[in-house]
Amino acid sequence: MFQIRIHGRGGQGVVTAAELLSVAGFREGRHAQAFPSFGSERTGAPVVAFCRLDNKPIRLREPIMAPDALIIQDPTLLHQVDVFGGLTKDGYILINTSRSFEELGLEEFAAGFRPERLCTVPATEFALKHVGRPLPNAALLGGFAAATLQISLESVGSAIREKFPTKVAEANIAAAAEAFAFVTREIGETARAQTG
Amino acid sequence: MLKQVEGSAAVAEAVALCRPQVICAYPISPQTHIVEGLGKLVSAGQLKPCEFINVESEFAAMSVAIGASAAGARAYTATASQGLLFMAEAVFNAAGLGLPIVMTVANRAIGAPINIWNDHTDALSQRDCGWIQLFAEDNQEALDLHIQAFRLAEELSLPVMVCMDGFILTHAYERVDLPTQEQVDAYLPPYEPRQVLDPADPVSIGAMVGPEAFMEVRYLAHAKQRQALELIPAWASEFKRIFGRESGGLTHTYRIEDAETVVVALGSVLGTIKDTVDEMREQGVPIGVLGISCFRPWPTSAVRAALSNAKRVVVLEKSLAVGLGGIVSNNVAAAYPGSPDLVHTVIAGLGGRSITRRSLHKVFKEAIEGRLEPVTFLDLDYAVVDRVLQREREQRRSGPIAEAILREIGLVAAKIG
Repeated sequence: MFQIRIHGRGGQGVVTAAELLSVAGFREGRHAQAFPSFGSERTGAPVVAFCRLDNKPIRLREPIMAPDALIIQDPTLLHQVDVFGGLTKDGYILINTSRSFEELGLEEFAAGFRPERLCTVPATEFALKHVGRPLPNAALLGGFAAATLQISLESVGSAIREKFPTKVAEANIAAAAEAFAFVTREIGETARAQTG
Repeated sequence: MLKQVEGSAAVAEAVALCRPQVICAYPISPQTHIVEGLGKLVSAGQLKPCEFINVESEFAAMSVAIGASAAGARAYTATASQGLLFMAEAVFNAAGLGLPIVMTVANRAIGAPINIWNDHTDALSQRDCGWIQLFAEDNQEALDLHIQAFRLAEELSLPVMVCMDGFILTHAYERVDLPTQEQVDAYLPPYEPRQVLDPADPVSIGAMVGPEAFMEVRYLAHAKQRQALELIPAWASEFKRIFGRESGGLTHTYRIEDAETVVVALGSVLGTIKDTVDEMREQGVPIGVLGISCFRPWPTSAVRAALSNAKRVVVLEKSLAVGLGGIVSNNVAAAYPGSPDLVHTVIAGLGGRSITRRSLHKVFKEAIEGRLEPVTFLDLDYAVVDRVLQREREQRRSGPIAEAILREIGLVAAKIG
């Protein structure tokens, strides 16, 4: 089972991101479970959503306390919420930011993790460019596909098409594709830096 | 057809396939997505003939459902929590009048303190109202139980409540197999009422009944529910024949054959319990699970049979009989052939508190080692409770309890589990 925890703020499409991820997994024939951390929804309040992917039916209903991957939609949460709680040293982290882990003050924290699994992507910028609104969730799913290879970019696209009207869907798919390319390039650079 | 959808959407589609003729709706979380989904189907003309009636309260929702059902329509509504309490008088009436209304209860805690999260207090507060109460383990079963519920309700002329865990199931996206209209039509014939308000053939429904006949009416309601204990498994078998999968019935058992310890529970927590039991089985612990799918009528014989070889029973329930302990566990103890002292009550998940494998391992281990109290509150923060009690001893005007505890524990938004 592969478990993903998504952190963001109310209004950033955190719950939708988990839902889309589960649909993408389903499209690939996997069992998938997505659910929000239920609360009184308020714009701007910290929100968490969860997604599990597995090759067999998923019965577990507890929140994801030991994720394999983290998607952080809003870097201002880093110092407010225990976003990294339970993450193992071989886990994946994808942060929506135009800054690096070092610039975010996470250099010390990042030591011990596998560097190619620590990714950043300016998803809000890509969303503004393609969608015209600061909704980073679809772009982050493109980045997630590139970082973890758990789902394909095509499945992310078909999940987005199922959810949104054509015009909005295509704009989000373009943002996801740019994020996918960005993260793929980033991982390549990290690998070269390690070997070189 | 396999689909990856929200639990509420799956239920809305299943209810639509049952061709309800009147849907009464009043919004309350976590039920709202279900009637919203049905409202969209009605307004798009995909569900017809069907009247979708927006009412001004839950009391009106059940009252309109009663009127619609008495006029011969297949009637459906959904609610949760305070909404169920607000309609309680009409809930009893629907059962007393023998009207086959189907209602989803998206289980949620009851205030005060106000809390929108899941537990089973709402449905279990109505356990003696005369409705059949079915509990879903996952979204597939929630979907399937609605189809079975209409059949059951109309065959027996009794209302049926389908209980599914609020948020945990209603808001979860998971894979479901949606049946075809042909399959549902083959299982569920058109509604043929036993009683109907018809101007061409007038009858009275709901007359006053005095001491000379009230006991007999009540006895017949009880006898009908006992009759349902035979019909529910039969219709679950019929369901399997048409739809090709097991769903519903009275109880589900899991790895109980040689189990010395059996855990009993209702609803979606069964999944987490089964995963925990699998992990304990790998360590050689003989432990199994009894899931209660039908809480009312209470399946005494099925529970007794499932527990006949158990050396101890742990009832894990999301409900609390304040001043007594467990609600489900009291029913289980009455059916358990061994000593009631061997039936442990674990109150868990109240107001949406997460029930984790880690905590389940701990409490099951304590039961096996004979260290579990008769009534335990899973993951209760005793330090906080003790400080509140201390303050109450020290000062007369100790203040409101809930607010004091919130101050004690601080910001909760930062917590994940």
